[in-house]
Order: sequence, then structure tokens, then C-alpha cells
Amino acid sequence: MLIVSCPNCGITAEETEFHAHGEAHITRHAVGSSDDQMETYLFMRKNPKGVHFERWRHQYGCGKWFHMARCTMTLEVFGTYSAQTYSPPDDLLARIDARRPGWREAT
Amino acid sequence: MSTRLATGGRLLNKSTSVKFRFNGKYMRGYEGDTLASALLANDQMLVGRSFKYHRPRGIVAAGPEEPNGLVNLGEGSDFEPNARVTTTELFDGLRAESQNHWPSLEFDVGAINKHLSRFLPAGFYYKMFIHPRPLWKHVYEPIIRHSAGLGRAPKTRDEDTYEHFYAFCDVLVIGGGVAGLEAARASALSGARVIVMEQTAHWGGRTPVDGGDINGMPAQDWIDATLAELGAMENVTLRTRTMGAGVYDHGYVLGYERLTDHNPEAQGPRHRLWRVRAGHIITATGAIERPLSFAGNDIPGVMLAASVRDYVVNYGVSAGDRTVVVTNNDDAYLTAIALKEAGLDVPAILDARVLPEDSAAMARAKELGIRVLMGHGVSSVKGGKRVTSVAVCSQAGEGSVLEEIACDAVAMSGGWSPVVHLWSHCGGKLMWDTANACFSPDPDQPPKGADGGQFVSTAGAASGVFQLDDGLNDAFAAADGTLRCLGRKLPRDAKASQGSRNDEAPMAPVWLMPQGASVKLREKAWLDYQNDVKVSDVRLAAQEGFVSVEHAKRYTTLGMATDQGKLSNINGLATLANALGEDIPSVGTTTFRPPYHPISMAVIGGEARDAAFQPIRRTPMHDWHASNGAEFEPVGQWRRPYAYVKSGESTHDAVMREVTNTREKMGLLDASTLGKLIVKGPDAGWFLDMLYTNMMSTLKVGKCRYGLMCNDNGFLIDDGVVARIDEDTWLCHTTTGGAESIHAHMEEWLQTEWWDKKVYVANVTEQYAQIAVVGPNARNALEKLGGMDVSKEALGFMEWADGVIGGFNVRVYRISFSGELSYEIAVDAGQGQAFWDALMAVGADLGAMPYGTECLHILRAEKGFIMIGDETDGTVIPQDLNLHWALSKKKEDYLGKRAHQRSHMADPDRWKLVGLETTDGSTLPDGAYAVGEGNNANGQRNMIGRVTSSYHSPTLGKGIAMGLVHNGPDRMGEVLEFPGTDGKTYSARIVDPVFYDKEGAKQNV
Ligand SMILES: [Zn+2]
Repeated sequence: MLIVSCPNCGITAEETEFHAHGEAHITRHAVGSSDDQMETYLFMRKNPKGVHFERWRHQYGCGKWFHMARCTMTLEVFGTYSAQTYSPPDDLLARIDARRPGWREAT
Repeated sequence: MSTRLATGGRLLNKSTSVKFRFNGKYMRGYEGDTLASALLANDQMLVGRSFKYHRPRGIVAAGPEEPNGLVNLGEGSDFEPNARVTTTELFDGLRAESQNHWPSLEFDVGAINKHLSRFLPAGFYYKMFIHPRPLWKHVYEPIIRHSAGLGRAPKTRDEDTYEHFYAFCDVLVIGGGVAGLEAARASALSGARVIVMEQTAHWGGRTPVDGGDINGMPAQDWIDATLAELGAMENVTLRTRTMGAGVYDHGYVLGYERLTDHNPEAQGPRHRLWRVRAGHIITATGAIERPLSFAGNDIPGVMLAASVRDYVVNYGVSAGDRTVVVTNNDDAYLTAIALKEAGLDVPAILDARVLPEDSAAMARAKELGIRVLMGHGVSSVKGGKRVTSVAVCSQAGEGSVLEEIACDAVAMSGGWSPVVHLWSHCGGKLMWDTANACFSPDPDQPPKGADGGQFVSTAGAASGVFQLDDGLNDAFAAADGTLRCLGRKLPRDAKASQGSRNDEAPMAPVWLMPQGASVKLREKAWLDYQNDVKVSDVRLAAQEGFVSVEHAKRYTTLGMATDQGKLSNINGLATLANALGEDIPSVGTTTFRPPYHPISMAVIGGEARDAAFQPIRRTPMHDWHASNGAEFEPVGQWRRPYAYVKSGESTHDAVMREVTNTREKMGLLDASTLGKLIVKGPDAGWFLDMLYTNMMSTLKVGKCRYGLMCNDNGFLIDDGVVARIDEDTWLCHTTTGGAESIHAHMEEWLQTEWWDKKVYVANVTEQYAQIAVVGPNARNALEKLGGMDVSKEALGFMEWADGVIGGFNVRVYRISFSGELSYEIAVDAGQGQAFWDALMAVGADLGAMPYGTECLHILRAEKGFIMIGDETDGTVIPQDLNLHWALSKKKEDYLGKRAHQRSHMADPDRWKLVGLETTDGSTLPDGAYAVGEGNNANGQRNMIGRVTSSYHSPTLGKGIAMGLVHNGPDRMGEVLEFPGTDGKTYSARIVDPVFYDKEGAKQNV
């Protein structure tokens, strides 16, 4: 059971207080998009063995959404950050670079 | 025979005799005995039968690795199957029965299977029972179910209580042997919060049996002193009878404390589940001795050498009068010496090794006059229900018998394997230790925690370090490393405890005895005692292509018994590696999964049973319902009245009465559970247009509109009536089950996609009590209560208004889910009961009666209204339900719109909603499938539709149903066949789904 820190309310708590909702930074495609774009949006996920950016919600706490960068293999948590962003913050990416050299090529 | 010795038994209190019963026979033991030691003291070596061949099985071990000694314990509400005799502490009045035999332990009919063993090879079930297929269900499965399984399932309710206990610490030490105590002592010196868990009732592990000095004193004295030191420290918690069951992500550990198993009369919970979050975990879990693979190694009386020693030293019990010791290492010599010193006969030590010179232990054994045969092993053990002799051979050969030695016990040792389970649970890797022929933890590949750092360390024998001095140093170093991980330090003057050292000769790996054993011998050399897996089975699996250890395990069932391969694992791997011509490390191990040793199901549940199982949500009028005949049904966590049953009525009668009464007079429904979400803000209209398939921004203040919600996959997820409260405020009704999920759905989109929009959502479901006043007399009742104008002119259909009725502040919605004149009236939750009472009072002369959810369902089904969860199942789109009218064409975008254009969604060839009417007026079985022409690829009838809702309608006097049927609306009038699970076939005609008042004349008055 993971330990998760909510960047919205600052609480660090057991995983049971949170809910994971899959891959982060998915672009929504809507009316006017191609079938391929729709397929990518609705179904295609990276499912990496390694660094993964995820959407989480502090379900039984403040109720807010946030993002988490995590290693799916070792369960190391690189950091959590705001849900209101299109990409992970630079300092977090730098931390992941240091912990997992070469991870960008792998994903 | 096995018996109680006159001397010895360091764990016994010989002044307290204990009476117990085994298979109906009364026996005696002492306080401090385990059930295993007490059985052996009563010469009860035979304790069970094996799984497949029903072979006689005796006690093999003295700890949790015991594969054979499983019994049914207790009776009635205390009954427990599969209790392990070696981990069951004896108490007065204990009752145990052996398992897996019929008719008796001594005479078992199933043992005939052993004569069939040639026909029951690895993978037998897979090979035998696949053809012919129809025989499986009625012939094979019942027979297998009858003969399979070990213990019985309890038949009565467990009256004991269980609890969960949350704990936090810096260092959790699992294992209270000398390594665990040393690691705990060193860790605690830093001031860290330390918890130590020991699975048995005693501290110190094996060391008091094996001997040795620590810091110049006998090991037991050091153990006592260290316990006293730890006990005096406020930062240390010590728990015996508490097993570390599993290590999970980020330092989460489950501990299993058995509080009253040894004393069932005691008050309080029986088991306690420790839910620990530890900064770092030190596993000092020791090692388990391995059996040797020789023919007849499963005959009762063949035991692990160190366990034989344990029984002598700890319990003053001898496994036999004459014990042959067979080994590949020095440790088993300690057993021979202990037996000899206890006055027992050891006719020979068969040592598979050939060594240039004697080690200290070998010299001591010879001094005591024990005959030692180097380079020798067991060709086979003779005996049936008990060992009678051992045929000796040369280990290097193929099993030619050199001599036969009469004996009644065999003590075997194939070396030791560290208990690496807890290290491995969270990804710690193993490495092959050539010197000790075992897998041990690889310190360079530890389990990693949240910060990417190591969070589990091992200490002592669990590290693969078997000498006392090395073990203590290892434990001290583990504590030192642990504290560094935690950013703490050992005090400068802290020193490791110093243990003594025995000079040992190296062990030699022996995976088959003799090394060239013939097929005949291999067929009698057991690897897994409980599941009856032999050396020959694993070799057969390899021959048949099961080269992966995980596949071979499942094919042969090696290590899949309740002991989870504690004894069989390494021997099985080595056998597989040997058969494949590979080395053991490249074959690898199977996966270690928690729990280390079975824990009770009840302790996992803990306090969560009965009323405490889950919270129940009650509406403000719940108690009134309960005292007025309501039969409740769970709807999410709510309890809603299903029907209000009067005396003399059946539930069905009550439902029929409620429907008729509501249609003809007046019904009251507690609709408080319906979700109520306030959506407010400058962008609220835009937001609701995105969430609902129809237009909500154009809704006028004071009006209501029925809306549909899809997810972005296009599937229907919720429906309900939306009311516009003011310029920037809407109130969205959701289904009862959808209040929380739709609220979360809204928040998700607002927070993660449209965070620039100014919208606020509040779930106010529980702030209001909501009552549906339904039926021709509804308006009459409200007018009698007096207050706001509720006439058609003042408050039309699909309008709402705030006002006062009967002195209550109310919000009235003119909406109808029944097809009748209907007002849904919301009051503050605190006024709910009073308002309900007022309605019941004023309605008394008007025929007012409460109605429940089943009546609600029938009323809506008669009207052809869909119900989320009945007509929808997560794969249904609005078009399937003929709800095209609710899909806005004006809006450029809404959730699900683009998905509805995908080819399968836009396909006209889908199952669609229709009404169904049985040809004979009966009621269709809910969920039944309509069958069409021909068969599918599996030879089953092709399906062309299914029933989604089905009821008896008292209004129409017949069964009515809704269903999804292939191209249904184009097939009006067609009669379909629905085979039921009752063997009958129902015929129903496709009709319009609106059975009642299609024009809506009754609701719009
Ligand atoms: Zn939070």
C-alpha cells in the first residue's frame, strides 16, 4: 500500500485515502477529430514499466485531483504536482532524470 | 515408538498436566507443549493422509514449515480446519481430528490411489478429465470435489472476535531469535521507535537448542538479559505469538497476533491484525531445514534432523528409540549428539559427503560411539505407517543396498534455506549461495520504498549467515544500515554482541539420494509431502516441456499446498534444474507472496462484521419507514423501503396494492436519496451543456428539464431532472447511486480539463428531505395543507417554485416518474419527518399510502421510463434507448458526442429498447435472453436480445417488460422466445415500451 502526498492540502496518507485514475496528460479529442485520434484518446495508454505520470484524486480527503510521477516497477514516487497543467514541472523532470537516466527514451 | 523422556523439555511446565483429545482418544501433555510434541509424546506419529494418494503422513517438522500435521480443531463455533499441529499450543480440553481420510486415519480407502500412482502422474487432472467434455460436470467434478480438499469448512458462525490494530514505528524487527533481538537492541539504542514480532511464544529462536555463548555467557542468559534491557526501554514494543505475515509497498506490514489460541477461555479478541507502517523493516526470520530426496522419505518417522533435536531439547520428546541420521552437513550431527546424550540409540550417521578430515561435530559424535558412514546415503526407507528400517547405499551409486539398519526414526538434513519470503514480498532479489547451496537475499537488490531507498534489511540466518558469531555481527550491521537509511545513528559506544563459533566442515549439495537413483526409487522420493509431488513428477514435467519454474509448479502442484513449498521449494527447483541440465540460479525461484504462513480469514475482516460491516445511510424518515412495515433494500449505502407490508399481506401483495393505490388515489415516496448537486457560476450553463447530451443553458429560471449524461466513450452513465434556480445556478438531480459518482465526474472535468471555467459544484443530497406526492389526489392534499398555489396554472408540469405549504418552507418540483400528477417536494432535512407526518395526516381521508422502490419501478416501467442500471449497463448509448430526442443537434460538443459517431456506435444494426408482453400474461424472467436462428461458434443458440426490466403490472393485469432486442423497434409484433433457467421457454411479443397513458394526459393536469 503506497504512501501518497496530496499537493493540494499537503496531507501525506495511506493509499486507501486516494484513488488512482490512470495515465495523465491525455489530450481530449472531440467533434472534428479523426477516428485515429479518438482511438488514441479513448484507449491507447503507455502502460510503461518504469516512469509513469498518473492522475490521482484525494478521494477521502480534500477531494482534489492531482498528478503523480511514479515508477511502476519499484513504486518509487518522484513527486506529486498540480492537476491544472499540461505537462510535468521542470524540477520534477530533472529529479526523474537524476533517478532514472535515459527514462525519456524508454517511454 | 515416539515417547516422553524422563528428562529435558526446557519449554515445559511439567507441574501442569493437560488433557486433550485426538480422533476421539484422550491423551495427556504438559503446559508448554505444542499439539505436535504432545502427540509425539503419546506415540501418535501418524497425523494425516496426503492429498492425492492418501499416503500415511507423520510429523516432519517442529515449526510453521510442517507440511503434514494439519488437523480440524475444536467444534461448533470454535471449529477450525487446517490447524497446524506444530504451531498449535496445547491447552486443556483441546480437541483435534485428523483430515483427508475415510473412513479412518488408520484405514483409508483412498490409499488405493497409491497403487494407481503410475496412472496419476504430473498433470493427471489436465490430461484425464478434458475428454469427453460432458462428463466433467456430472461425473468427474463431483468425484474430485468429494476426494479433494483437506479440512472441512466450518458450518456454524464463528463466535470469536477479531480486531485490527494500527501501529507506526521507525524500525520493525520480524523474528525474535538472537539476530532479531540483537538488531532490535542496536536499533533501539538510537532512540528509534522499535517493534519486535516473534511468531512463537518464546524468544531466542533456535540458539538455546543449538547452543553457544554470547558475550561470554550461555545464549539463554544473554537472551534473558537482552529482553530485560529491551523491556525497560520506552521506545520498544515486544510481541510474541505475532507473525510478520507480509511486507507490502512503502513499508506497510501485516502482523498476525494470536492472542487466545493457546488459552481459549480468555476474554478478548482471538486474533489481532497489526497494520504497521514502518520506516524500515529488519527480517530476522531464520532459516528452514531442507529434507533429502530419497525413496520412502515420506514414511511416518522420517523427520527433519533439527526438528528431532527440537523435540528432545524443548519438549523432552523422542521421535523414536533408534534414529538413523542422514545428512549432507554438520548440523545434523548436533541431533545425533543430542539424542545420544538423552540416552537414545543412534545406530548410524549416513553422511553423503566425503571429507578429508573430521570436523569438531564429527569427532564428538564418534567420541560418543556413534557409527559414521561417510559417502553413504539412504537407498530407501522401509515401513508403512511407521519406519522400520533404512537400506543403506553409497551416495555415488544407483542405490545397491549395502546393509539394512533397523530403526524407528530417520533424522534427515539436506542443508538450510534462509526464510527469504518477507524480503521477497516487495521485490527484494535473491542470489545463489554456492557454499550453502541456497538462495539468499542479494543485498545489492533490496526492496525499494517511496523515496527509492532500501526499506527492508535482513539479519542473521535470514541473510544466509549460519554461524552464531557471524549472525550477531550481521544483525548489528543490519541495524546500523537501517539507522543510516532513517537518518539516524548508533551511539558511538554501541558494540555488537559477540557470539561463539563452531568449526564446521562445508556442506555438500545433495538433490537426489543416491545421486544415480533409479526410476523406481525416484518414484518414491517425495518433494512435496502434502500435495504428493515426487522427484519423478518434476522430471516428467520437464520432459513434457514445462521448462519455466512457474509452469512446472502449477503443472505438478509442487509447493502449492498450504505450506506453500517451505520444504519443497528448493529441492523441487534443483530437481527441475537437474532434469533440464541447467544450474539452479538460471532456473530461478517461484514468486513469494504474502502471507508467509496462513492467517485466519476472520482477522482480515477484523471488526467489520454485522452492523460494523459498512456504514448505512438513513434518510430523515428512515425510522418511520421501519416502524410502518417497510422491508428495506440496499441502494448503494442507503436503505430504501422496498415495500410497506401490512399484516396478512405478502410482499408481492403490498407492492400491487401500492401501485393501484398510487394510480387511483395517492402515494408518498421518500425520494430523499436522489442525488442533488448544485452547479453554480458564470460558466455553469456552458459546463452543463458539456455534461448533458441535451441543452441546459437555455433552460429558463423556474423550469425543469430531463437530461442524459454520457461519458466521453459515449455510454449513458446517469439521468435526472435539472432545475434552473437562478441566472447562474442549476440544481441537478442524479440517480440515488450517482450522487457521489456524478459529483466526482463533474469535479474531474472541472479540475483536470476545464480548470479555467468558473463553476462551483456542491453535493447537497443530504441537506434535503424530498417527498414525492403522487396520484390523482396529490394536489387536493397539498391544497388542504394550505399555502402556495399549486394549481396547474400557477405551477405547470416541469416547473418548480419555492413557497410555503402547511407552514413548511418548501421547494416544489412538478415532475413525474410515475405518469401521475406528481409533486416532488424538498424541505430541510430536519423538517423531513414532520412534513411527512403532515402529508400522511392530511392524506388520511384521501387514501394516502407510502410506497416503496418496487412500486416506483413498476410505475415507471408501465410508462416506459428507463432506469439507469436496468436498461443501461455501461455498454448502452442513448440511441439504443430511442432517446435521440435528448441528443442536442445544436451543440457543437458534449461528452460522448464524438464517440457516438464511431462506427460501431453509429451502426444502425444494434440492440434497441422495446416493450415486451408475454403471450400468456405471465412475467418474463428478468435478464432472460431471446434466442434466434442457428448456433454460434461454441454451439450455443444465437442470442438476439435480453430482458432489462420485468414486472407484473397490476394496472394492466399482466406481465410487462422492457428489453434490448436486435433491431427491436423494426420488429413490432414479432414474438420472441426466451428460455428461462427454470427449463421453461417464455414467449413474448415486441410492443411499444409505453404501456400506460402514452399521451401523458394523467401527469399533465
Ligand atoms: Zn488533499
